[in-house]
Amino acid sequence: MATDIATKASTRADGARRRKRAVRLSTWDRVAIAVMVGIPVFLTGALIWFPTVSSVLLSFTNWDGIGGLHTIHWIGTTNYRQIVTIYPSFWPAFEHNFYWLFALAFVGTPMGMLLAYELDKNIRGTRLYQSAFYIPVVIAPAIIGLITELVLSPQQGLISSLFADPRHGHVIDWLGNPAINIWAVLVFACWRHASYVMILYLAGLKALDPTLREAAAIDGASEAQAYFKVVLPALKPINIVLVVITVIEALRAFDIVYIINHGRNGLELLSVLITDNIIGEASRIGYGSAIAVVLLVISIVPIVVFVWNSFQQADA
Amino acid sequence: MSDHSSPSSDSAEDKNLLSRRKLLYTGAAGAAALYTAGASKAFGAAAPTEEVAAAAGTVTLGSYETGPGIKALAAVTKKFTANTGIAVKTNTVDHNTFQEQINSYLQGHPDDVFTWFAGYRMQFFAAKGLATPIDDVWKALTPQMPPAVKAASTGLDGHQYLVPNKNYPWAVYYRKSLWKANGYTAPKTWAQFIALAKKMQADGLTPIAFTDKDGWPAMGTFDILNMRINGYQYHVNLMAGKQSWDSPQVKAVFQKWTELLPYYSQGALGLTWQDGATQLENKQAGMFLLGGFVTSNFKPANQPDVDFFPYPMINPKWGQDSIDAPIDGYMLSKSPKNLSGAKALVGYFGTAQAINLYLPLNPGNLAVNKRANTSHYTPLQKKEAALIARTKHIAQYMDRDTRPDFASTVMIPSLQQFLNNPGDINGLVKSIQKQKVAIFGS
Repeated sequence: MATDIATKASTRADGARRRKRAVRLSTWDRVAIAVMVGIPVFLTGALIWFPTVSSVLLSFTNWDGIGGLHTIHWIGTTNYRQIVTIYPSFWPAFEHNFYWLFALAFVGTPMGMLLAYELDKNIRGTRLYQSAFYIPVVIAPAIIGLITELVLSPQQGLISSLFADPRHGHVIDWLGNPAINIWAVLVFACWRHASYVMILYLAGLKALDPTLREAAAIDGASEAQAYFKVVLPALKPINIVLVVITVIEALRAFDIVYIINHGRNGLELLSVLITDNIIGEASRIGYGSAIAVVLLVISIVPIVVFVWNSFQQADA
Repeated sequence: MSDHSSPSSDSAEDKNLLSRRKLLYTGAAGAAALYTAGASKAFGAAAPTEEVAAAAGTVTLGSYETGPGIKALAAVTKKFTANTGIAVKTNTVDHNTFQEQINSYLQGHPDDVFTWFAGYRMQFFAAKGLATPIDDVWKALTPQMPPAVKAASTGLDGHQYLVPNKNYPWAVYYRKSLWKANGYTAPKTWAQFIALAKKMQADGLTPIAFTDKDGWPAMGTFDILNMRINGYQYHVNLMAGKQSWDSPQVKAVFQKWTELLPYYSQGALGLTWQDGATQLENKQAGMFLLGGFVTSNFKPANQPDVDFFPYPMINPKWGQDSIDAPIDGYMLSKSPKNLSGAKALVGYFGTAQAINLYLPLNPGNLAVNKRANTSHYTPLQKKEAALIARTKHIAQYMDRDTRPDFASTVMIPSLQQFLNNPGDINGLVKSIQKQKVAIFGS
């Protein structure tokens, strides 16, 4: 309020000259704005929109990536038809991406929120816990994959060494049995995701006005009531970020399964199928692009929800 | 120690450097960084020879060698420079990265000469016009090389595109002391093979080490069963896409394979070939079908205790007349800057002198040149060389004998599918056939 009045006063005092200056831009201003807007626009166009549009176009072609553009053949929707009908890895991958999403959404994220909530209470040794829980985020996802492998490997893994004698006893094949390996891997994915969520949520909790909780306590709310009726709604912006991050993490999951067995045999994911078909000698550019487009379409749903939500907030 | 190549994961050295290799998978950024690192290293290495280069020109060499292979190759190129005055600028790239980037590498600004594999994998790029034919180089080499090696170096158009220098066989390896203690003898026929496996099982062993987490090792079993049951030519045609995958012949291969499954390592799909080699070394497993690199992780004391037998006969019509013995070599990119120098270099790589320099520094491989010195071979290597020499047909391994996209995106998942669900052979071969038609276009 005070600043408002001050601004109004000074505007009135300085008169038209000041208002004019605020509108007219010097040459340098224009250059600076052009550079600041132009570079990101160029980069977004070159690194995001161009590849995206190319992928969509290529998904209707048959190309092995060798030779010029004239070697690209239009084949219509053949790639899509083949992917959903004769590609045995596609539907499992599709399913696994959704398992991943559900695991992160119903285990990883709530776990991270719980950890953040507990740590926010400044219990004894909170810094120690915080660092311990935060480590998985600092470690590269590829290393998480390596750790997963070291823990679960049927012959040399930690679990087999502790609980079974691989020479005689029956080994649970955590990595090789396609009925269970996705769940074993999801434990590690959730471990990493929980720590990521924890750090974001903790920041949100720290920023929350403590008087809200005090007021709730004075009104006689139980801890659960205070959390669900006061804290959770107050953290709505953070919650939306968490939802978006959870969806993004689930859709771009790649590293852990790729490290373990190149995302095969029960660990198929859409991201891996794209890589398998496009990268390397396989070079089924059109086929891989079609899978990428499928993933893009799936990704667009949460993005639209998020953008729509943000605009609504901006309008309000 | 050889470079068994596959789209997924590779040579023995690579496997040894487990963590390093795995870190490379973190993405293209890592790969690119490594590529640059490799390049700058090569520039540094080449600096002292630059004066020579000015006099006689320079040949650039793109290499996927790792570990001892790097030193071995350097010794050969050094000698080449001393002989001819032509400098060689070697650009070493991580083995897997090299393979994964081969398409863009060959279409971009490739080195004059590059390391590669024989068989369809070479023919594919030759047919795409990304390699230079070197028939003139082969004029001198032909009398020194076995015909099977020349055939594997020849493109689909009848021209030669590759100069090979080394290979290794796929056979069933075992530990001599274990076999002696238990009184096992090498089986010649399928019935003896199964009987031996049964006996080993009764003795508390895992009869056959089998591992397929990486996806490619199972191809070795498919190859050998197919060649034993249907013959080499059928195998070659099948790999080339000329045969149908839902044929009775292919079904027979999978049918035969199911007989082996009860004798395999537990949890095979969760084990790497190194795990299998460990089972063999620790005498938990009785035998292991793998390439000659199986012993590369063995303790030195255990190395002499290893022997092998060629895969047993199934169909008497074919006997034991074929094996997988992948050949590695060197090719010329499509338009080398220094064509005469590049031809001189690949020609030199195939000579006995070059191979004699190379092999002692990168043991575990066998020379393909008949005139190469074999006196440094271990008894096992001598036996391996004899096996290759007496075997009529040499295949290159599935992922080198067929289209790379078919091998990696269809066959690896399909073979794993078979191992998980051996009951549904009909459904499996139908699925493979449909995908094969989609990829080969017929």
